[in-house]
Amino acid sequence: MLQSDLATVLPELILAIYAMGALMFGVSSGKDQTTGTLTWATAGMFVALALWIGFGNAGDRSAFGGMFTDDNFARFAKITILLSAAAVLLISQDYMARRDLARFEYPVLVSLSVIGMMMMVSAGDLMALYMGLELQSLALYVVAALRRDSARSTEAGLKYFVLGALSSGLLLYGASLTYGYAGTTLFSGILSTVNEEVPLGLLFGLVFMLAGLAFKVSAAPFHMWTPDVYEGSPTPVTAFFATAPKVAAMALIARLAYDAFGGIPDDWSQVLSALAVLSMFWGALAAIGQRDIKRLMAYSSIAHMGFALVGLAAGTAEGVQAMLIYMAIYVAMNVGTFAFILSMERDGKPVTDIASLNMYSRTDPMKALAMLVLLFSLAGVPPMLGFFGKFYVFRAAVDADMAWLALAGAVASVIGAYYYLRVVFYMYFGTEGDRLDSRMAPAQWLALVAVAAAMLLGIINLFGIESAAALAAESLVR
Amino acid sequence: MATIILFAPLLGAIICGFFWTLIGEKAGQIIATGLIFLAALLSWIIFLGDIPETGHVTILRWIESGSLSIDWGIRLDRLTAIMLVVINTVSALVHLYSFGYMAHDENWGESEPYRARFFAYLSFFTFTMLALVTSDNLVQMFFGWEGVGVASYLLIGFYYRKPTANAAAIKAFVVNRVGDFGFALGIFGLFFLTDSVRFDDVFAAAPALATTEISFLWMNLNAANLIGVLLFIGAMGKSAQLFLHTWLPDAMEGPTPVSALIHAATMVTAGVFLVCRMSPVYEYAPDAKTMIVVVGASTAFFAATVGLVQNDIKRVIAYSTCSQLGYMFVAAGCGVYSVAMFHLFTHAFFKAMLFLGAGSVIHAMHHEQDLRNYGGLRKKIPLTFYAMLIGTLAITGVGIPLTHIGFAGFLSKDAVIETAFVGSQYAFWLLVVAALMTSFYSWRLMFMTFWGTPRGDHHTHEHAHESPMTMLVPLGALALGAVFSGMIWYNVFFGYEDKMRAWFGMEAAAHHEVATEDHAATETAAPAETATATDTHGAAEASAAATPEAAAPHGAVPSGGIYLAADNTMIHAAHDVPNWVKVSPFVAMILGLALAWLFYIRRPDLPGKLAAQQRPLYLFLLNKWYFDEIYAFLIVGPAQWLGRLFWKRGDGDVIDGSINGVAMGIIPFFTRLAGRAQSGYLFHYAFAMVLGIAALITMMTLFGGAQ
Repeated sequence: MLQSDLATVLPELILAIYAMGALMFGVSSGKDQTTGTLTWATAGMFVALALWIGFGNAGDRSAFGGMFTDDNFARFAKITILLSAAAVLLISQDYMARRDLARFEYPVLVSLSVIGMMMMVSAGDLMALYMGLELQSLALYVVAALRRDSARSTEAGLKYFVLGALSSGLLLYGASLTYGYAGTTLFSGILSTVNEEVPLGLLFGLVFMLAGLAFKVSAAPFHMWTPDVYEGSPTPVTAFFATAPKVAAMALIARLAYDAFGGIPDDWSQVLSALAVLSMFWGALAAIGQRDIKRLMAYSSIAHMGFALVGLAAGTAEGVQAMLIYMAIYVAMNVGTFAFILSMERDGKPVTDIASLNMYSRTDPMKALAMLVLLFSLAGVPPMLGFFGKFYVFRAAVDADMAWLALAGAVASVIGAYYYLRVVFYMYFGTEGDRLDSRMAPAQWLALVAVAAAMLLGIINLFGIESAAALAAESLVR
Repeated sequence: MATIILFAPLLGAIICGFFWTLIGEKAGQIIATGLIFLAALLSWIIFLGDIPETGHVTILRWIESGSLSIDWGIRLDRLTAIMLVVINTVSALVHLYSFGYMAHDENWGESEPYRARFFAYLSFFTFTMLALVTSDNLVQMFFGWEGVGVASYLLIGFYYRKPTANAAAIKAFVVNRVGDFGFALGIFGLFFLTDSVRFDDVFAAAPALATTEISFLWMNLNAANLIGVLLFIGAMGKSAQLFLHTWLPDAMEGPTPVSALIHAATMVTAGVFLVCRMSPVYEYAPDAKTMIVVVGASTAFFAATVGLVQNDIKRVIAYSTCSQLGYMFVAAGCGVYSVAMFHLFTHAFFKAMLFLGAGSVIHAMHHEQDLRNYGGLRKKIPLTFYAMLIGTLAITGVGIPLTHIGFAGFLSKDAVIETAFVGSQYAFWLLVVAALMTSFYSWRLMFMTFWGTPRGDHHTHEHAHESPMTMLVPLGALALGAVFSGMIWYNVFFGYEDKMRAWFGMEAAAHHEVATEDHAATETAAPAETATATDTHGAAEASAAATPEAAAPHGAVPSGGIYLAADNTMIHAAHDVPNWVKVSPFVAMILGLALAWLFYIRRPDLPGKLAAQQRPLYLFLLNKWYFDEIYAFLIVGPAQWLGRLFWKRGDGDVIDGSINGVAMGIIPFFTRLAGRAQSGYLFHYAFAMVLGIAALITMMTLFGGAQ
């Protein structure tokens, strides 16, 4: 029994052992000199695990009495998480080295965080859920304050930690309410109790848990930490925040909604709709006032989480599929965009002011063009992939008789287009000013150009994501 | 052969319009003209040959939608053949003429190419006009109908730097839209009623239409009459009949060859052609025919009165055209379609010639168009003078009374007037008076241009010169038509009904009684019927004896270019009118000539005195019965007001205003609000989260679960 359980969690197990081994290796050998090696090794580990999970072709399995689920949905999410984490590690390496941030703990902490995320998406029990979530969050709190001697970085870490504690409290309170009314922490057990008359206490439990998770995906009105933390943290950390944890938390919401509360889709659907509408509009409106590209990306991610929630709120398999596609596209776009942001520097110093992009197209037309494609894609302009991501979630909403939600999303995306296009405007039609340096690390350049190309070429068949997401959604929504 | 005729002009238009930069302007012009001459030659071959029955050539399947099935096809019968000859002959001559006329144009700079464009437009027009007349269904016809509208628009506005030309082009287009709306409704109606737009199906269903009631607007109407009226509204627009005529005089802003081709000989006659083509329907629509007669006669009279006092040489001829179109409609409305076509045919020659002659005068006088600045040009440009003289003799209808010898207009106009006498006394008297006025204004034009003493700019008169051969040859060719076309084809158009029926490929009148039983059995007519019909026409001398009881074969397709109901004895009756009726147009012509001579040769001071004495009447006529002013007040003004309302208030204030308001007022407000909320204080953030959870809990309490 234990053997098959361990076989099911083998990827997580290997990663955990690797993380501890890497920590030992770092401590006992050259400390920060090993950072480069460790970063590459960790990224390689992530990719290898992703390939293994992707081609392992295991069926639906569960371990530890249902506390851990391994199905297509979990695997889709895990692959997205692993690949994006690997990509973010690689594009940040140059930045870390040049900015005196090369701590060997960073790749280790990212590994631990990724283990937490993998636990989250596989959670089959409230306990497992919380364990994964905390493992992920604790690691993230630490990396947010990675630059210990910078007031902004520590402020970001502290804010994230305090608010994260509050959200964990909400989540735990919700979990205890749920346990009190359902009498079990197993998702399958909760699912069997909520079929009949649903006590209001259980619904409250649901709302509290969703609020706790909404904090993790930074959905309005639980998003307040995002801009400050994104701005204050070192840019590589911001890039990481914007990608893998969002996928994990979004997948966890889906997991909780379907596996535990699949019997009352109308109830969580209205909560998610409310969160979605608030996030889309708040993200779009607040981003307009931003001058700092990292804060802008923070609001951008808030708005994007709103769109992804539209897919979930539809409450159908099609909606889950749309959400997964949306998240995959979103992560890819953010990797590309942050690769560019990481390279933004003037006279060797990093800059994040949007105005510094003035007439960037003259300095470096190729990168400006790639950025233009990415920003158009983020805004949802056809034929970039970003448009198709939005198209899928809106279609799911319309098919689920929630056309008003799709309409609200369309309006919000029009408002949001403004701030993406303003960056393009600066790059192509801005005023002459001090130019940015044109230096860019090869990994960053590759990520930027490859993602931009993918945004255009993907329209052919979405690189097969569509069918994979459909399989994943099918395994979740039964 | 018909296919070549149809597509040769299109080919010419494409080569000349798109490839002249490759082959050069001159080559483009020559190719376009050559292709039109080829088409003209083939048209004459078809026309002079024997066309016993209706030929169909299907070129491609065009539209398939539900039960609507439209092929692009050619319907070749006598009616088509007449139009082919008219269009291609005039078009070819106008192409040739344009070499000279358009050689130098003060509207364009030295290096600006415009000739190839002009020729491409002309050829394009010819193609669309041919598509119109060769169509075998209403939709293809509508394509041609709109195509000539576009070509007309482009050519009227050819001098696009002149605001007046642009205004005239827009006016022509918009006024034609009114008519086209009626035409389109007619097509919709026919499709609604007969489930087909093919002529054969529509014609076969025509007898049934006569007994169908249809609800239109708030009325219940007879289907045939309604369709007839709607189609005639389309014809009114295209043929510039009363109420929709205002665009035609303004269309004279286009180059003169265009006026000759489009606004005299071909496009404006499309309405007459439409009525003749739809004769099987009109034969069952007596009320619609009455309307055609009234409108046609009124137009003939109205336009002639206005023509009396116009001073622009082209406008005089334009009103003359308008008037002559009225004659054609009277004939068609009376049910004698062949006479309408006869007048169309002869009119094309002499009116094109008058226009080209006027163009030659204008060319000679350095684009001076005002009659008051002409005078004494007989000696300066003798060949043009003789051409214009022949044209004037033709239009005024000079001939030997009570015989069939005379200029083209003599035969065809008299035929119309004799028909009108039988059909409607109202139309008859208006037409006779119009004939008098036609004679007057035509001779007035001649006298003011070629006789008397030179007036106006001295310098211009001194440099007046005869036009080049490319302009004179077309005049000569058209002169032949203006002199002889009436005499040669009088018999087949009007002279003998049996000959006419054979020529148009119709069944002989007496044949109906035999044919009725055959037709009743079959839904579609066998074209072979026609062959037997032509054999028996010799015996069918008592053509008019076709009595009402020999009812038309219901459900059968009438063969031939036009169709006459069994009880239509108009032609026969028109032959038997009293002699005073036959002489009346001649007398009117002589009177008009005498008056013109008195006014402009004998006592040149009389017109001024008369105008001063009858000032209100003079102004009324000079201002074209104030139609433009009334329309401007009743329609153009309110339409512009409404348009401006939608533009300034609706689009500007409401739509732009609300979008700008949202984008520049409301959104930034919320953005500032969001910025303020992001205070950076941890307790604010925590407070927001608590508020959020409270709101969600409240929402769940109110709407969730059992509720």
